[in-house]
Amino acid sequence: MDKLKLVEAMQLKKDIPDFRPGDTVNVHVKVKEGDKERIQEFQGIVIGKRGSGLNETFSVRKVSDGVGVERVFPLHSPRIAKIERIKEGNVRRAKLFYLRKLASKAVAQKTST
Amino acid sequence: MSSLLGKKVGMTSIFDESGEAIPCTVIEAGPCYVVQVRTKEKDGYDAVQLGFDAQKERLVTKPSKGHFDKAKTKPMRLLKEFRNFNGSPLQPGAEIKVDIFHQGDVVDVTGRSKGRGFQGVVKRHHFGGVGMTSHGASDRVRAPGSIGSSSFPSRVFKGMRMGGRMGFEQVTVKNLKVLKVIPESNILIVKGSVPGAINSYLEIVKQS
Repeated sequence: MDKLKLVEAMQLKKDIPDFRPGDTVNVHVKVKEGDKERIQEFQGIVIGKRGSGLNETFSVRKVSDGVGVERVFPLHSPRIAKIERIKEGNVRRAKLFYLRKLASKAVAQKTST
Repeated sequence: MSSLLGKKVGMTSIFDESGEAIPCTVIEAGPCYVVQVRTKEKDGYDAVQLGFDAQKERLVTKPSKGHFDKAKTKPMRLLKEFRNFNGSPLQPGAEIKVDIFHQGDVVDVTGRSKGRGFQGVVKRHHFGGVGMTSHGASDRVRAPGSIGSSSFPSRVFKGMRMGGRMGFEQVTVKNLKVLKVIPESNILIVKGSVPGAINSYLEIVKQS
């Protein structure tokens, strides 16, 4: 499997900040519009990480105008310009899917230190 | 036509310029050595015999060792002949590496598909099965159904699709795009999947 790792290693990012499920992050996503490129931000709570190596992804959930929005980002995608860790969370689970059922106030309680 | 022998390393994905993740197969391709050159005068046809994957000296039989010694190459596990081989008349012992391929090339990859063992008609020939699970017909769910008529012809036609051994046959996947070539580590990356299990041998052919 060595050669497979070698191919993946070429594409792995090295400047990924440390963040965990429960943290609030701000993801800077490169968006292409026609021939222009701009940065779009997506801020929310990390509700899970999965995979390893090049396949690692993380899910971010936010509530926008009362509607829950979740996005899954490949951690090593070149489309992700930057990941900012806004707030550290304090959770006891690796996957926070139960947050979907909670009201926003309860979400704040569950994920804060 | 230029060809190379290789080994399947595995699948992964690659991010392209636009950031899209492209599924791809990593192939350890070459280095191959010309072991024998067949000529029209001597053998009745023109071809190049390539060898790939070095074999331990002590495991090689004396006759085949003699064959490799003639070309002054190391003994190799895999030998394959290729006709219409591109380029100047090659000498035995010449080395062929992945750099004969370039990013953007279109190649055909031939290999042996994974063996599936004895499989029924649903998996092997994509039949739909016969029955349903209720109304007392639960034993007919994956059955082939009728395999012929009655007193005429009183036999089952040859080639009737039935269960049997599946897989482990030669499969060629055509028109795979070369995404990347890394000559230092003999790596060829093509878009999509190729036949066979990891570590199985592959023939990579570029038509042109």
